[in-house]
Amino acid sequence: MSLFIVNILDGFVTGLLLFMLCSGLTLIFSMMGVLNFAHASFYMLGAYFAYQISMFTGFWVGLIVAPIIVGVMGALIERYGLRRVHQYGHVPELIFTFGLALLIEEFVQFFWGRQQVPYNPPAALDFTAFAIAGNTFPAYKVFMIFMAIGLFLVLLYILTKTRIGMTIQAALSYPETVQNLGHNVPMVFMGVFGVGTAMAGLAGVIAGPVMGTFPGMAFTLGAIVFVCIVVGGLGSLWGALVASLLIGWIQTFAASYNLRMEDLLIWLGFEKPMLIWESPWQDLWTLTLPQVGPILPYLLMVIVLVLRPQGLFGKRET
Amino acid sequence: MKSLKKFALGMAVAGLSATAVAAENVKIAFIDPLSGAFAATGTNGLHQFRFAADELVNENGGVLDGQMFEMVAFDNKTSPKESLTQLQVAIDQGIRYVVQGNGSGVAHALTDAINKHNRRNPDDQLLFLNYSAVDPALTNEECNFWHFRFDAHADIKMDVLTDTIAENEDIEKVYIIGQDYSFGKAVASAAVRMLAEKRPDIEIVGNELHPIGSVQDFTPYARKIVSSGADAMITGNWGSDMLGIGKAAIENGFSGPVYTYYGAADGITAAFGETGVGSLKLVAEGGNNPPSKPEAQEYIRAFKDKYPDGNISQARITNVIQMLAMAIDEAGTATDVVKVAEALEGMEFTDSLWSDNPLVMRADDHQLIQEVHILGHVPVEAPFDFDNSGYGMQYENSVVAAGEDLPMSCEMDRP
Amino acid sequence: MSTPSTNPLTAGTSRLIPLNHALPWIIAAVVLLLLPVIFESRGALTIMNQMAITIVFALAYNMLLGQGGMLSFGHAVYMGLGGFFSMHVLNWMSDDPWLPLPVLPIFGGFFGLLFAFLIGWFSTRRAGTTFAMISLGVGQLVASMSIIIVTFFGGEEGISGDRTEMLPFFGWDFGQQQEVYYLTSVWLLIAALGMYLYSRTPMGRLANAVRDNEERAEFLGYSQRNVRWISFCASGFFAGIAGALFAINFEILTGENLNLATSGQILLVTFLGGVGFFIGPIIGAIVFTLLQTVLSLHSEIWALYVGILFVATVMFFPFGLTGLLALHVLPWKLGKIGYLVKPYAKMAIPGLVFVLSSAAVLEILFHARHAGRGDNEMTIYWWLTFDSHSPLPMIIGLVLAGVSAYALVKLVPGLKAAWDEATKMGEAGK
Repeated sequence: MSLFIVNILDGFVTGLLLFMLCSGLTLIFSMMGVLNFAHASFYMLGAYFAYQISMFTGFWVGLIVAPIIVGVMGALIERYGLRRVHQYGHVPELIFTFGLALLIEEFVQFFWGRQQVPYNPPAALDFTAFAIAGNTFPAYKVFMIFMAIGLFLVLLYILTKTRIGMTIQAALSYPETVQNLGHNVPMVFMGVFGVGTAMAGLAGVIAGPVMGTFPGMAFTLGAIVFVCIVVGGLGSLWGALVASLLIGWIQTFAASYNLRMEDLLIWLGFEKPMLIWESPWQDLWTLTLPQVGPILPYLLMVIVLVLRPQGLFGKRET
Repeated sequence: MKSLKKFALGMAVAGLSATAVAAENVKIAFIDPLSGAFAATGTNGLHQFRFAADELVNENGGVLDGQMFEMVAFDNKTSPKESLTQLQVAIDQGIRYVVQGNGSGVAHALTDAINKHNRRNPDDQLLFLNYSAVDPALTNEECNFWHFRFDAHADIKMDVLTDTIAENEDIEKVYIIGQDYSFGKAVASAAVRMLAEKRPDIEIVGNELHPIGSVQDFTPYARKIVSSGADAMITGNWGSDMLGIGKAAIENGFSGPVYTYYGAADGITAAFGETGVGSLKLVAEGGNNPPSKPEAQEYIRAFKDKYPDGNISQARITNVIQMLAMAIDEAGTATDVVKVAEALEGMEFTDSLWSDNPLVMRADDHQLIQEVHILGHVPVEAPFDFDNSGYGMQYENSVVAAGEDLPMSCEMDRP
Repeated sequence: MSTPSTNPLTAGTSRLIPLNHALPWIIAAVVLLLLPVIFESRGALTIMNQMAITIVFALAYNMLLGQGGMLSFGHAVYMGLGGFFSMHVLNWMSDDPWLPLPVLPIFGGFFGLLFAFLIGWFSTRRAGTTFAMISLGVGQLVASMSIIIVTFFGGEEGISGDRTEMLPFFGWDFGQQQEVYYLTSVWLLIAALGMYLYSRTPMGRLANAVRDNEERAEFLGYSQRNVRWISFCASGFFAGIAGALFAINFEILTGENLNLATSGQILLVTFLGGVGFFIGPIIGAIVFTLLQTVLSLHSEIWALYVGILFVATVMFFPFGLTGLLALHVLPWKLGKIGYLVKPYAKMAIPGLVFVLSSAAVLEILFHARHAGRGDNEMTIYWWLTFDSHSPLPMIIGLVLAGVSAYALVKLVPGLKAAWDEATKMGEAGK
């Protein structure tokens, strides 16, 4: 039972981290109608910038400065890259962000090399917050939880209670009308893209020390982030939250419980072959849940898309 | 468009021939990743080869009547397909010797391709000197006359590792975790088999595989390991998976020894830092940090002067270079690789740098029999540390001629 | 991604196949026949084989992306599965062969088709992002299966076979690279011709119609889903052929053949060449294979250059390299291509200087950051040797890049004027 509670907490941390990426991505999607393949690359840039800054000034300055740099970069890329490609249509736009993801990975390798860089949690948070039956829970993870929840509340407040938030929401649905009312819609787009990428950068800053800061970090997370927003429903903030937490828990619990296919097959009445390593079904018999854990999100995505293409909380089809 | 195609191909061939420098040199193709995720390991390996060739062979007047060793680098991007393409380019350049080490998948592809090539083209045969790929099958079921392995394979290492565990009365529960592919499975099954023989009382409290290279957060695995009450864990993980599982386990409260195959250098020693002291163990051939012999210390100093960010992390590379030079001299030819291979078979070699005990290239399966150690992660002073981190690996236990008595299933066809 | 139909390079401008359309194919066949006479080294043959395989795969991919408007992130699945099954067929026959090697690609194509049929059943129900995401998910699932199902996929080391164990084909046992080259070339021609002809069938036209406006196609009585499904199956078939050719050439298939990187790469190749043209993927495959195999011999940061090239292509030439070439067809037809020669010649030198000096700056930066300490000396462009740590080469590189960029910017208006002149209708009397 205690392990179960610890797993709930661990999955919660993973889910919230995913949400920090998904929220920005889904905002950008609902606004511009394009899936930003490079979103996780901004997450990686956040981690690397914060690492570089932390070498000179320590962790806390990096926490603030790195996301700002990433956000500005994102805004510039929207202004001078994406906006240019936008005129050619959605497919080139998607391909542009795909190319951008490759390019950012190459640039990171160019400047910081291919090895993992030693980016660590600040000393002030390097202690055990509490322990449940021998399982320690680091203070840094508590900090991550508060950061993510804080970000979500701020975002929710801005989108629903402020004037700028109203404009954004309006621009989502009726860009021409908003433009005619005198708002600078391209500027709003650029701002949203910048803020979305800054949020991804922030996620990178706080996740880098626990998940590792290496050139492959964007690739491993990027596809999962996609899964989250597709499952949650493109453009839906609440959907992104639910899907992120769901996938965080799926991954944590799949890795934690050694359910074996063998048990299932025997329960179904099959007989285990004596010489398992000579049986053509050896791979099926020896399959365990942790082995398939990381592909469960993709399975979930395919099933959701086939049965409900608009996602769990989505209102429109893509 | 056709003219473009022609032009492009012209460029290709111009490019290919530009690297082919005609000389008396003995050229050795280095086919390993120089770009992509594993480029750091590959580049460091190339530096070690270049340095070894210059220091240990070329400085001493080369081989035969003054022919120099020349390393020719080919980037295989850790891809079997690219490796085979680069192999063809290497053959075009008249190269007779191929070294490779990163990834058993690539090694399988290369050994198979070289075997086929040598059979189909008896006029330009080549040898495969495998310095790091440790899948036991390469010198067992899949062995061939053209393949020589200079690293101890996974079962030999596990033999040494389980000997060490068996001697430690404090260890009663062991947790085995690895990447879900052939090597991870080989490590796990060898561990289970050998522990059952050597210490039947040890309980395997966990034996699992996780997907390779795609786990972002190892915390759930660490929780399981801690909850299982294991006294020691064994992992064949490498790269970011090694770092992930090791750090997660230690940070979440695991305090026993973590026995690894690849828990050192290439950024891993630096990333563990203080965390790894007392826990992280490595099974490997090669040198202590710092090595005992002054020649070896001098060698490392000179290497670090040239490559300050590099590590002498694969001591066997010097053995590859020195033994190849000896074999060429003994055969009296660098072009007839059958003669060189015959000279290499059964060769006894006394290493002047790392080990006091002679190394033997076993003729039956082309597996180098050598001393293998268990090393522990401890603070070490520069320049003998890894990753310039102030930490390195020191001997805790050594086995001479490790794995000599392990069963082998190689049936070799000789030309 | 449609292009003006006045363009003779587009597939599908006229319904008939007149004789002059056969001419490019005859030239292609002759060139393919003669190439190994010029490039006889193993390396060149291997690279050409690799090119041929990539061409078939990219053409198959473009049946989806270019003709059908479907963006797939998991097309390596069909090539990979076609290849794996071909390899199993090869191994299964090796004890008691009853077929020659050249028929193996038919098996690859068949299995590619089979899986495209099964997966297409649910993935082609919708186009656009939904299709792209399902292809991503399926791609990941199959790639993961290659590690889990070891009995079929062989785990990390993959499965290998020996192509010489099939029946000899007119005395050829395909032990030599050259024999394999001719086998691959013949299949390249067959597959390319097949795909070309397919694009001119009513089915190929319908794929275009559904791409451009699915509702209208539906109103005309065609099920958009079925049209997509059939295109998907056809594409899977040719991708499977490419997989079998891969199996024959490399004699090994590994998980690499199925993974997302391979899928992403074919997207890159196709887009680089130009999705709106039949020969686009061909040019893309040739350029990309050269970059991958030749550039990587000379530069450690080749992937960075490819990335830059790709992003620049998407931004400035969304119709790819072929699109760039196709722009010149109109001036050519008007007989005014000569107008462009002078401005191009003027731009050639600054352009070349800009590319070379920017690459040099990147190389110097990379060398200074990542090479060994004593290793200050570096050589670029075969003869230029200097100390990468001294500021002078860097400054020279930056200045050259800056000056040439400035010169290029200054020359653009002239090119624009010449371009307007060259594309002006009328005067030539056509």
